[in-house]
Amino acid sequence: MTVYVKGVVFGDVDFDNPDCWRLEEYVKRGGYAALKKIINEKISQDDIIAEMKTSSLRGRGGAGFPTGLKWSFMPRSFPGQKYLVCNTDEGEPGTFKDLDIIVYNPHALIEGMIIGGYAMGITVGYNYIHGEVFEAYQRFEEALEEARAAGFLGDNILGSDFSFQLHAHHGYGAYICGEETALLESLEGKKGQPRFKPPFPASFGLYGKPTTINNTETFASVPYIVREGGQKFLELGKPNNGGTKLFSVSGHVNRPGNYEIPLGTPFADLLEMCGGMRDGKKLKAVIPGGSSAPVLPADIMMQCTMDYDSIAKAGSMLGSGAVIVMDETVSMVSALERLSYFYHEESCGQCTPCREGTGWLYRVVHRIAKGEGRPEDLDLLSRVGDNIAGRTICALGDAAVFPVRGMLKHFRHEFEDLIKDAQTAKPL
Amino acid sequence: MSLTNLLSAESIQQIDREVAKYPAEQSRSAVMGALRIAQTEKRFLTNELIEAVALYLNIAPMAAYEVATFYNMYDMKPVGKYKLTVCTNLPCALSGGYTTADYLKQKLGIGFNETTADGKFTLKEGECMGACGYAPVMLVNNHSMCNHMTPEAIDKKLAELE
Ligand SMILES: Cc1cc2nc3c(=O)[nH]c(=O)nc-3n(C[C@H](O)[C@H](O)[C@H](O)COP(=O)(O)O)c2cc1C
Ligand code: SF4
Ligand code: FES
Repeated sequence: MTVYVKGVVFGDVDFDNPDCWRLEEYVKRGGYAALKKIINEKISQDDIIAEMKTSSLRGRGGAGFPTGLKWSFMPRSFPGQKYLVCNTDEGEPGTFKDLDIIVYNPHALIEGMIIGGYAMGITVGYNYIHGEVFEAYQRFEEALEEARAAGFLGDNILGSDFSFQLHAHHGYGAYICGEETALLESLEGKKGQPRFKPPFPASFGLYGKPTTINNTETFASVPYIVREGGQKFLELGKPNNGGTKLFSVSGHVNRPGNYEIPLGTPFADLLEMCGGMRDGKKLKAVIPGGSSAPVLPADIMMQCTMDYDSIAKAGSMLGSGAVIVMDETVSMVSALERLSYFYHEESCGQCTPCREGTGWLYRVVHRIAKGEGRPEDLDLLSRVGDNIAGRTICALGDAAVFPVRGMLKHFRHEFEDLIKDAQTAKPL
Repeated sequence: MSLTNLLSAESIQQIDREVAKYPAEQSRSAVMGALRIAQTEKRFLTNELIEAVALYLNIAPMAAYEVATFYNMYDMKPVGKYKLTVCTNLPCALSGGYTTADYLKQKLGIGFNETTADGKFTLKEGECMGACGYAPVMLVNNHSMCNHMTPEAIDKKLAELE
């Protein structure tokens, strides 16, 4: 278990209880009360979506898109089949929150998806689970069985005329499938190559049908909003940044783990919750929102609060909420080298700027890291980056460029020093 | 050869459960699960096995082959009895990912993408497994995750793998 501070999603989960994930325990903590309320009081779809808008819940998968607004895009009266999809393909380096959700509180996600299905008039859903977490996939399958047996999932839920089927789909190792249209391709049994947009999934999604996709944590926040009201959720955070949010803290802190804290909490407080810096070392830099987010140096980071707006103002992004903490011993060149290797490896190869460009980025950063860099390499990196960003089918291209730009903006001197003097090289 | 002759009844049953998750005309969606189940039984995927999976799902062999080659966790070449995949992405690296990888290389006497002479272990370098809070992380045979893989923990784990 790696959850140290609990908020909306983890509520009163008792991690010491090995059965805490089971339906019986979930119900004891007020689980499925939101679903029962909707069914028994026949709450309208419009009311639920209005509540979601009030909550100001923003998508927890990385882009931070307002969930209520996304749900309102779904053509509710569309005559044919529509689909609801959950993105548990958590592969953004540094992110490990959705794993803990499906392992320790899977029914919150299941209930959230059922409510989503009800609100948008959708009867079939899939949860796409990251390949490397097979045991968590099995756990989730078991939770689905429990929900079916209890009548929360399946035909005529709780005796109503609303039916919702939900299945788990297991990925098998491809970061790109976290991108929503690649995920849909993969769900269809194809290579995970992103689609051109538009059309967007709301009109042309799974099997060409209208589809809504949300992240695991997004769905798992829904029962709370329905039970307690959107206003209460909003007030947990700050305007435009409602609720608590899970932050996966990794790297050089004393206690890496998941911290579910109100949006707007100062970074300094989060660092303290994590027990401060490991071995009493000095904080050098933080990647505040998963590997795609531009790095921020310690002095800027210590002034930030953990919410979408504050981190964006500081020139980075809150992304998936993965906070990678690096101390004074880390070479920023080596850190970037590893990330650039990752993006090059994971490019699906569909568009030339990304396929070729990520290779260039990696090779140039690699030679600088080895002490074989040339003075013109930094300009070369910027130029290659400019040729990728904004010129690709999906945002992986941008995601590969942001870390490079962030590093060159804040730590250019380290790259320059290493080009001048190979002795300063320091592998991870 | 047909899939029912190549795989155990138990594996076929599991594949049927995958197929049932998707609309009847979308059996292609089950190809990822079917290949995973086939690989779990046979350790790696041969062309014969991939074609049999395709035939069973009523899809073109090429469609199954494309999937098997696109996703990292499918093995198209023989691997040892235990495939060990070590995550070295940045968050794990900050907490000893490379130390773990180096220790394994030294202890097994092989590099990444190599198999020990006795065919017992294959070593692979992995990308973020979404479990960085448990760093360093190692995956055994794709499905069993091992947390906090310090050298001592590796010694213990390797002793368990018979
Ligand atoms: C390369 C790439 C990888 C992504 N990986 C994930 C992921 O692992 N999990 C996720 O929820 N969203 C991921 N996303 C974002 C999704 O495309 C999508 O925006 C999100 O699932 C929508 O859900 P939300 O609105 O609830 O955040 C990724 C996007 C890109 C471009
Ligand atoms: S940007 Fe990269 S990952 Fe995205 S579609 Fe193009 S080649 Fe594939
Ligand atoms: S970096 Fe190793 S699991 Fe995420």
